[in-house]
Formats: sequence, structure tokens, C-alpha cells
Amino acid sequence: MSDIPAEAGSPLHVVRRRAGALGDRLFHGITGLSAILVLAVIIGIAISLLIGAWPALMKFGLGFLTSDSWNPVTNDYGALVAIYGTLVTSLIAMLIAVPVSFGIALFVTELSPRWLRRPISTAIELLAAIPSIIYGMWGLFVFAPFMSNYVQPWLLDTFEHVPLLGSLIAGPPIGIGVFTAGLILAIMVIPFITAVMRDTFEVVPGVLKESSYALGATTWEVVRSVILPYTKTGVVGGIMLGLGRALGETMAVTFVIGNSHNINLGLFYPGNSIAATLANEFTEADGQMYTSALIALGLVLFVITLIVLSLARLLLMRLSAQEGK
Amino acid sequence: MTRYQKRKLINRFNMGASVATTLFGLFWLVWLLWTLIINGAGHIDLAVFTQPTPAPGNSGGLSNAIVGSLIVTGVGTLIGAPIGIFAGTYLAEYGRGHKIASVVRFFNDVLLSAPSIILGLFVYEIVVVSMGHFSALAGGIALSLIVIPLTLRITENMMRLVSDQMREAAAALGIPRWLVITRIVYRAALSGIITGVILGIARISGETAPLLFTALNNQFSSYDLFAPIANLPMVIFQYALSPYEDWHHLAWVGAFLITFAILALNILARVVLRPSKSG
Repeated sequence: MSDIPAEAGSPLHVVRRRAGALGDRLFHGITGLSAILVLAVIIGIAISLLIGAWPALMKFGLGFLTSDSWNPVTNDYGALVAIYGTLVTSLIAMLIAVPVSFGIALFVTELSPRWLRRPISTAIELLAAIPSIIYGMWGLFVFAPFMSNYVQPWLLDTFEHVPLLGSLIAGPPIGIGVFTAGLILAIMVIPFITAVMRDTFEVVPGVLKESSYALGATTWEVVRSVILPYTKTGVVGGIMLGLGRALGETMAVTFVIGNSHNINLGLFYPGNSIAATLANEFTEADGQMYTSALIALGLVLFVITLIVLSLARLLLMRLSAQEGK
Repeated sequence: MTRYQKRKLINRFNMGASVATTLFGLFWLVWLLWTLIINGAGHIDLAVFTQPTPAPGNSGGLSNAIVGSLIVTGVGTLIGAPIGIFAGTYLAEYGRGHKIASVVRFFNDVLLSAPSIILGLFVYEIVVVSMGHFSALAGGIALSLIVIPLTLRITENMMRLVSDQMREAAAALGIPRWLVITRIVYRAALSGIITGVILGIARISGETAPLLFTALNNQFSSYDLFAPIANLPMVIFQYALSPYEDWHHLAWVGAFLITFAILALNILARVVLRPSKSG
């Protein structure tokens, strides 16, 4: 240790500690900044969309939300058609995806033999890994013709004279339209809802389930009276999460929804969604008002999904808080 | 029918429905992959990897789109992964019990599920408009906004799994905190963090919506970060909606390549994670 300079003021361990303190401060700063950046992005998105949408919001006011016109020639824009299409496709998707996801989650957690659980979970998760554009392409070239050749004519024939359903299940059986878009969205959100439901079902204490089995309950009765009440916040959170996904899904819907700025009660008619309108028209929009109206659409979508996703997270956080008790 | 028989019947019916829904879910996966194999695998040849995208009617491949996709995905990962890992580190190490950490965690989860087309719109407003033109860099930045929340979440979860005793033991030796984190906690959580990055790459390599308004597309072989760049998702989008038969074939080939690459990455991520779980 003779080569260490032993000045009275700064022995080596003090120097070292200073270097450590500097490193600490730097590392703390860098990681903290990165964390703050996440907040900055969310706030930045809100501000930039608001600035971009400002001219359109000033011109149309709240009427933007309730007007169904979309006319680049006269520069008259309203969001109603796109909002309607977004909500209806998501609603169809949820009507199908929620029961299906529930069934899959039930199978994986309660029914499946142990060796089959992992492969099935993985396969369902792979559905989420397939990019949106692949769903779109498959939807356009494979699923839409299948719908128009087999499913839609049959549905039209079957429900033609049923009072309420008859007016919903109507429109040209061309395969392209709101109905097909909703079905494809359903397939796309199934893995997300399934994953949350599966994870929440797994946290139900085994003792609770075993007690009711011991009382002679059937599997279904255990699910309905023990598992569901115990996990309801998580289940609703998962559904909201899936809804958030469905609302903002872009490419798959763009391929099959038909890009028509009309509202029809019949589900087989082509329509439009907010995301699909943006994808189709944004790069070709000329004129400040056109661009601004499209950004205003984006803002509407951002606000809707922000609300839905925040609700989902709050519910899921409540569940994990309950789990920690 | 006795009450007991009725209960058993309801149970059997509902359990049958559960099996049916599982088969229903798997059915779509099989149908999708089968379509890709039928339409895509047959048209793969050397030209796909060596020649750039053709004009309609000419022969060509996807080389520029493949390289472009690798570049944009690479830029997105290089920007997004470090930020996500650092932010995750903050939440797991420094932010414990702080209000700000739970706020960041909440909004990170929102960002994770936010519509990707909105991210594209945001990057268009702040990068494309200020640069004056579309660029590969803008595309990469848009994709990085998807990588950040994903890696953040996985990094935080994985670092929390590392036992505090290990941190305390290191601290007792007088090691500065940042060295404890970088040399010890990172090493213990490494396989999890790598998994997060792989899943991030898998997630963004097929993303189209954020690229629509940022990287755009390019018919030519351009590898300039500050110019529009060809990429597989945009080529698939453009070619699939074109009226030309040979463009459709190339779109299917691109779809096949991208999907199976992503599936491979997903399976790789699971393989990487596995040893740390059992060990």
C-alpha cells in the first residue's frame, strides 16, 4: 500500500466515496428523468393534439361531436360517423370477446389438465402477438369473402322477419363493413381479456374453492358463487382493458370497415372508425382545416381511451390492493 | 328431473361451453397462420431478400423493406429500451413509496395500451412538422414510445423480484447504491430485462399505424435516417390494397416473414425467461 498518496485532506476512501456519491447522484438523476419522461409523453400527447385540433374545435365547437357531415370540399367536418363506427365495432367485439375470454380463462385455470395449461395460454397469447396489419390482410382477402359467401346471406335469411334483430342484421352482404370489423376486433382483444381474467382467477385462494367443493358444489357453482364474486373488479378491469384496445385498433379495421362516411343501422353496411379515418385520410389531407379536423378526431379517440384505460387500471389496482390484504 | 340432475346438467353445459370457447380461440390462430403459410411460403425465393420492391408488373423483392424495417425497429429499440429500463429502475429502486412513482406507473400502464395511431399523430406533430418531412428517425421515435412502457413495466417487475437481502449485503460492504443496482440487481434481473426488450422488439416490428405519419414509405432503397424509409408493414399495407396480383404475392410474403419472425421472438422471450424462474 506504499504507492497510495496519503495526503491528510483526501485519503483514498474519501475520494472513492465522493466518486460513489457523484455516481449515485448521476444515476438517480438519469433514472428519475426517464421516469418523468413517461409523464411528459402523456402530457405532450394531450397538448400537441389540443394545439393541432384547435382550429377545428374553434370553428365547429361542440357541434363537432354531433355533426355527421364530413366534406373536404366545403370544409365541413363532424365526428359523429367516426365515433359511431368506433363505438359500434367495439361493442360487437366486446359482446363476442367477453364470454369467449371468460370461457378460455375458465378452461385454463379450472378444467384443463396441468400439462395443457401452458401450451394453451401461450397459443392464445400468440393471437395478441400477430400484428394488426396481418389481421387486416387476412380479413380483407380471406375472412370478408367467407362472410359474404356463407355467413351474411344465411344471417339475412334467418333474421329477415325478426322485428328488432332484422333491422340490425341488414345491409349489402359484401363482407366489408361494420359487422366484419367488429368480429375481427373480437378475435384481436380475446387474448388481452383472457390474460387478465386468467391472472385474476389464479389469485383466488384454493381454500375457498375447496371448501365449496367439499359442500358438494359443482364446478360451475364454484365459478359463479366463489370465483366471480372474488374477482369481479379484476374481471371488469380486464374487460375495460380489452375495450380500450378495441377502440383504438387501427390497421385491421381500416382494411375491412369500408371507409364510408354514412351512418346506417344495418350492421352489414360499410362505415368508419376514428382510427381508420385517420389512417386513410391523414397523409392525403390538404388544407389546414382538414388536417385540424382529423387531429380533433384523434383527440376524441385519445380522450375516450384515456378514460376507459384509466378506469381499467383503477379497477385492477383495487384488485391487487385487495390481494395484498 | 331432480334438482341434482339439473345442477349437473347446467354444470356440464357450461363446462362444455368453456371447452368450446377455447377451441374457438385456437381456431382463429390456426386459420390465420394457415392462410399465411398457404399464400406466403410458396412465393419466397432468393429475389425476395436480394431485390428491392418492384414497380407493378416487374419482378422484385422486399430487400429494401426488410432492411428498412430492421433500421426503424433498431432505432425504436435503441431509443426506447434504455429509457424504459432506466425508468423501471427508478420505480423499483428509488421511487419506492413515493407518490410520483405510482403516478408514473399508472400513466405508463395507460401509455402501454394507448392507441398506437395516436402515438404516430403525436410524433408527426412534434418531429415531422418541425423537421419538415417524413423520416426513418421519426418512425423510430414513434416506435420507441411503444417500447418504453413495455420495458419499463417488465424491468420494474423483474427488479422487484430481486431480494432486498442481496441489496443490503452489498450495501453493507460499502458499495455505492448505483453500483449495487448496476452490478448486482441488474445481473440478477438480467434474463427478465432481456425478455422485456425482446418482447418490445416483437411488438414494434409489426406495428404499422405509428409509421403511417412518420416513416411513411419509400419505393427506393434509401437507408438515410432523415428521409422516408421503406418498411415491411407499410409495403404490406400499400401492396395488399393495390389491384396488382404480383404485389399481392409480395404482400403475403412480407406478412409471412413478419409474423413468423414475431412468433419466433415471442417464443425466444419465453425460453430466455424460463431458467430464471426455476433457478
